[in-house]
Amino acid sequence: MQRTGAQIVWECLVREGVTTVFGYPGGAILPTYDAMLDYPIRHVLVRHEQGAAHMADGYARASGKVGVAIATSGPGATNLTTGIATAMLDSSPTVFITGQVSSKVLGTDAFQETDVTGITLPITKHNALVTDVRHLARTLREAFVIARTGRPGPVLVDVCKDAQQAKTEFHWPESVHLPGLLQPRPPTEDELARAAELIERAERPLVLAGAGVIRSGATQALLDFVDRTGAPVALTLLGIGGFPQSHPLCLGMMGMHGEAFVNRAIQHADLLLAFGMRFDDRVTGNLKSYALHAKKIHVEIDASEVGKNVRVDVALVSDLLTALEALTPKLSARRHEAWLAELDEWRADTRSRDILHREHNGRLLAPHVLHDLWTATGGDAVVVTDVGQHQMWEAQYYKHERPRTLITSGGLGTMGFALPAAIGAKLARPEAEVWVVAGDGGFQMTQCELATLQQEKLDVKIAVVNNGFLGMVRQWQEFFHDRRYAATPMLSPDFVALAGAYGIPAHRVTRRADVVPRVQEARARAGPVLIEFQVEQEDSVYPMVPAGGDLGAMIRRPAEEEVQA
Amino acid sequence: MKHTLVARVADQPGVLNRVASLFRRRAFNIESLTVGHTETSELSRMTIVVDTARVPAHIVAANLRKLVPVMDVTDVTHMPTVDRDLALIRVRCRPAERAELASLVEIFRGRIVDVADKSVIVEVTGDEEKVGGLVELLRPRGILEMVRTGKVAMLRGAAATAPPAS
Repeated sequence: MQRTGAQIVWECLVREGVTTVFGYPGGAILPTYDAMLDYPIRHVLVRHEQGAAHMADGYARASGKVGVAIATSGPGATNLTTGIATAMLDSSPTVFITGQVSSKVLGTDAFQETDVTGITLPITKHNALVTDVRHLARTLREAFVIARTGRPGPVLVDVCKDAQQAKTEFHWPESVHLPGLLQPRPPTEDELARAAELIERAERPLVLAGAGVIRSGATQALLDFVDRTGAPVALTLLGIGGFPQSHPLCLGMMGMHGEAFVNRAIQHADLLLAFGMRFDDRVTGNLKSYALHAKKIHVEIDASEVGKNVRVDVALVSDLLTALEALTPKLSARRHEAWLAELDEWRADTRSRDILHREHNGRLLAPHVLHDLWTATGGDAVVVTDVGQHQMWEAQYYKHERPRTLITSGGLGTMGFALPAAIGAKLARPEAEVWVVAGDGGFQMTQCELATLQQEKLDVKIAVVNNGFLGMVRQWQEFFHDRRYAATPMLSPDFVALAGAYGIPAHRVTRRADVVPRVQEARARAGPVLIEFQVEQEDSVYPMVPAGGDLGAMIRRPAEEEVQA
Repeated sequence: MKHTLVARVADQPGVLNRVASLFRRRAFNIESLTVGHTETSELSRMTIVVDTARVPAHIVAANLRKLVPVMDVTDVTHMPTVDRDLALIRVRCRPAERAELASLVEIFRGRIVDVADKSVIVEVTGDEEKVGGLVELLRPRGILEMVRTGKVAMLRGAAATAPPAS
């Protein structure tokens, strides 16, 4: 049957199972928008294309399905790029469709022309320019396959306006021919045997669980592995949720703002089992002093990550679920009482320094807000954070039990991520309780999406943790730049009035006693609610490994510290 | 150290750009890169000589392999290969010196392919070492212009450098 390119876009999306797309129309994508009305797909009109990209990303992270965003040529496409790079760094399966000027004027600096495939080359897993309608269906089909196969990632398809308008015989290819696309392979018997041997010999093993646990759906397989081997588990930021934090062998987060005892465990382990994580500089600190006593087993789907930062003894280049299901049955049941006792001792010291166990004199501290949000929501919400201090406090104090319940920009650290990503997450999982946790700085970067939230009538709750500073930068200035607060004190709008302008009910909380009641009030109410928490201005995230510092030498919260008034 | 990677890539627009972009953003150091047609019309073949002082060859190869149009990558550095580099060298040469220069070039299985009043163009093919050797010998005479293709390589014997694309 003859179809226009515009119709083919939607025919393909429907066949891929897409039910929701995020986008913003414009000249070069207009034919596709015109055809949209005839197809059963919900379109979410954003207020800025960056929001569309984060929504598609949040949708993908919350559901595991491919998220889709659409924009026009030129500025529409360039506005997507921050979101595309965010999805790239965190391996989020996403497809971006952009309109392009007519193929006849490509390369002439036509109105709203930008070399989008050129711009996005380094921030996509793959991209393609479609100048001929006959290539459109195949290119879109390939985009979805590439986005979700192996290590997932963003794929961009740039479609010339004349290719959207032209007609061709529509044929949706069931299968694609992509001989160069890396397909995950199972681990070899030799690799498994060498890994098993190291595990059998270990006395102080430690699992480092990353985003790969969640991406490959390996939570149960990891529970089985831990049950068999008795190895405790440390989580990367993006690994949070992949292993229940209530599990007796779950230590918590590692790295720059991980618990000191967790980092100490890494430095004292004799075997690190790196599962679906990539030894990012935020988790290793100084590589020269990193885990010197440990053998390392790296289970990683992407061969280019193996040996990139840390030399490993055994690598299983494989999907994590496949690898664990093959590996665990080969292992004998172990318990590591002495190792666990040592960890418990270190943990006790960490606990005594925890701000939760200090006098707070009624002042509102951000860690209290996150802790109380955790208890008030029963630890069961999908929390979508922005980037900065509140993000680290969320990771420290909100204990996640299930995969895909913490959605956060790890690799790129994109401020402005939270609100749009939460909109995407809510559309992916309408039944879930979704909370935005953002700072006053990041929230203002994409707060225009409050209008999207209202237009789509979505029930997303918003916690703005307002300390009047770009807090994490201020913290670095305090620690490393002699408290010279260059460009970090920040004036914010009246967030309660701002929410009101969008028709969103809002409250301001300044005392700890009001946190839980306000959160419960918000939860009881259908539809969005914004709560601004005015917190201590100069609190810092402890403990901290300074960038490039030794993992074993963290800046700790002073034992008898009084938080600066 | 230098490693030689052979990559078979889909013969489609933009592939060279993808490879170059990868090397740029990962700060991999290319010594030379050649690309040309192969026995299969859909495939091109790249021979890439890369400096691996900073990043090991297997990481470079694994990153190349992640590009969707790249079918396979083989590190042939430690394999028996036939490798060839081709150079065109314009050398200062008075008419009276031509015969002597021709016999020198002959030792390297090179030849004079163009003659002008005060210079000639020498063509030489061989492994990089041999081509480099001739270049050094010609340098004192005055090299006015030179172009080298960079290395291409193929495994010796019956083994194919890369498995057939599936």
